[in-house]
Amino acid sequence: MTALLRLDVEGLGAIRGTTRLFSGVDFHVQAGQLLLVRGPNGAGKTTLLRILAGLSAALDGAVAWCGERMRPLDARLRAVVSFAGHAPAVKDELTAEENLHALLTLMGEPAGDALLRDGLAAAGLAAQRTLPARVLSQGQRRRIGLARLAATARPLWILDEPATALDDAGLAWLAELVERHLRAGGIVVAASHQPLAVAPARTATLALG
Amino acid sequence: MIPDAAAPPFPAPAASGAGAGFAWALRRDLRIGVRTKGELGVQVLFYVLVATLFPLATAPERTLLAALGPGVLWVAALLASLLSLPRLFASDFADGTLEQLALSPYPLAALISGKITAHWVTTGLPVALLAPLLGLQYALDDPARYTLAAALLLGTPVLSLLGAVGAALTLGLRGGGGSLLALLVLPLYVPVLIFGAGAVEAVRGGLSAAPHLSLLAACLLVAAVGAPFGAAAAVRIALE
Amino acid sequence: MTMNWFKYASPSSFYPLAGRIGAACAVAAAALTVAGLYLAFVVAPTDATQGESYRIIFIHVPTAWMAMFIYLVMAGWSALALGFNTRLSAMMAQALAPTGALMALLALWTGAFWGRPAWGTYWAWDARMTSTLILLFLYLGVIALRHAIADARRADRACAVLALVGAINVPIIYFSVRWWNTLHQGSTVSLTSAPKMAATMLAGMLVMTLAAWCYAIAIALVRVRAIILEREGGSAWTRELMAAEATA
Repeated sequence: MTALLRLDVEGLGAIRGTTRLFSGVDFHVQAGQLLLVRGPNGAGKTTLLRILAGLSAALDGAVAWCGERMRPLDARLRAVVSFAGHAPAVKDELTAEENLHALLTLMGEPAGDALLRDGLAAAGLAAQRTLPARVLSQGQRRRIGLARLAATARPLWILDEPATALDDAGLAWLAELVERHLRAGGIVVAASHQPLAVAPARTATLALG
Repeated sequence: MIPDAAAPPFPAPAASGAGAGFAWALRRDLRIGVRTKGELGVQVLFYVLVATLFPLATAPERTLLAALGPGVLWVAALLASLLSLPRLFASDFADGTLEQLALSPYPLAALISGKITAHWVTTGLPVALLAPLLGLQYALDDPARYTLAAALLLGTPVLSLLGAVGAALTLGLRGGGGSLLALLVLPLYVPVLIFGAGAVEAVRGGLSAAPHLSLLAACLLVAAVGAPFGAAAAVRIALE
Repeated sequence: MTMNWFKYASPSSFYPLAGRIGAACAVAAAALTVAGLYLAFVVAPTDATQGESYRIIFIHVPTAWMAMFIYLVMAGWSALALGFNTRLSAMMAQALAPTGALMALLALWTGAFWGRPAWGTYWAWDARMTSTLILLFLYLGVIALRHAIADARRADRACAVLALVGAINVPIIYFSVRWWNTLHQGSTVSLTSAPKMAATMLAGMLVMTLAAWCYAIAIALVRVRAIILEREGGSAWTRELMAAEATA
């Protein structure tokens, strides 16, 4: 199968309540590219990302993955997306390891012990592996979410403010993860107030609002 | 120039079935439920408290209590179920897990079935097992108390199932957790209440509770098949 | 035929049509009500057992029947709204809910006033009345959910799901309440059992039912026009309409 990975969006428009957030949004992202979505608060970045992830329906416009047009809330789109929302989807009552295991198995990804240990170690959470997430900081929880991303095999990453609460080491690790994914031919669409330290040749920017 | 990928290096995710999804959600929610013992105790205590209030409000006269008993113990079970429903989805909604559930390859209805089952094990099941004990407070005899337990075992899952649809519809609404959820869900509980309390009444009157229990079982089957899909639709609507 | 219907699925083209149909139904409702009340209070004979007080069934039965029927129609529009994702179907469901609730309330009220002289009590927990009471709660639930959700589209879909869940449960609830009632009261005392009805009584009830039907259609269409204006307020055609009506 030699389908080329690409994400094409044409004429996308969305509303929240009765206010129109954006309209006529066009962009094309190829394999190995990062699309950085920027804009002021309330411009609709999160809404755009949720439409791309297949969680929300756009008001008008079309989204196409690998040349195939996607319906609103299309299951095929959900199958190729790894979505990291505002909140890192970490349960207080489970340990860091159990959280990572749950998130990976939920997506049908392999989650063996060695993989979990290595993933958490790479995230800098080796010492917190068996601690309940309740005692972890916001930044540490986000690292668990990113560890899930690192271990996932899905081609399209949709990240909503992934750099929130991360320290410098965390930011460097995030940039490294994104670069690695792009080099493997994946696509990343990220909304971020902070710039991601990714090679400019691979980065395109979309300004909303 | 960015080279196009010749072949996608990413393997397609394995096809995932409903059973696996159900098991995933059941295991995870049970684990979480067991670790939040405080919340569980509160619901059961609430049940005991409500059941204790009625004799205080009327008179501790045996025949009156025995006549009231089945109804009171059932209504208290309904109210205890209502109390625990918001927490079915609230925590997952707040920390972003619910979106991951909606994005999972497992069918959302299967995942929700697992959550509902875990919820029932931690709320409805203790109530059903405790009720015969409380039946002693209401001067109910043994056959009546066992019938009460059986009826509650059949009926409380239906309460959890129907309540899940209500909880999903009122996700994230201000004040929606409490009274609005009750308004939406209590009318739907009426058949369960009638058949369930009726079963105990029948046994008290010397008749068989079989028709009532069969009707409860039928309600359970219909709810078990239909409610998860309704709740899944409502969850997707709330996440949009 | 299909093309025609989908043309009217757009609120802007439905708006004038709703106005015309609504006006026609309002006139019909008024005429039928007059005719029906005449039949009810003047033509229909005095009942052998209940005297004059039975005449309230000419309002009670139509409203009870309409309460049930409107719920089914509302559920139908809700199914369309979920299946075809059309705004107008959801708006029609939204418009019908208050009228259905009103019908249920009237049915309960008139039923109570019938019960008083007939059985000596305002509320006798009979199967039909209890089911109608629960139906009223179902209506109020849909209306409350609509008010609780700020986003109009989410409210549309959530209320549609709720209406459908309610519609599926209504027969079960009705059956269970009847079961409960027969177990506890032996022979069912049904408020609608007027077994030997004179032809004029039947005619009167039918006319009043038609009147209630026309009234419900008229009022629902008036309400949906208001809902359309409220929700489509920002679009060009509403602004043109407002400008035209301001200068007229």
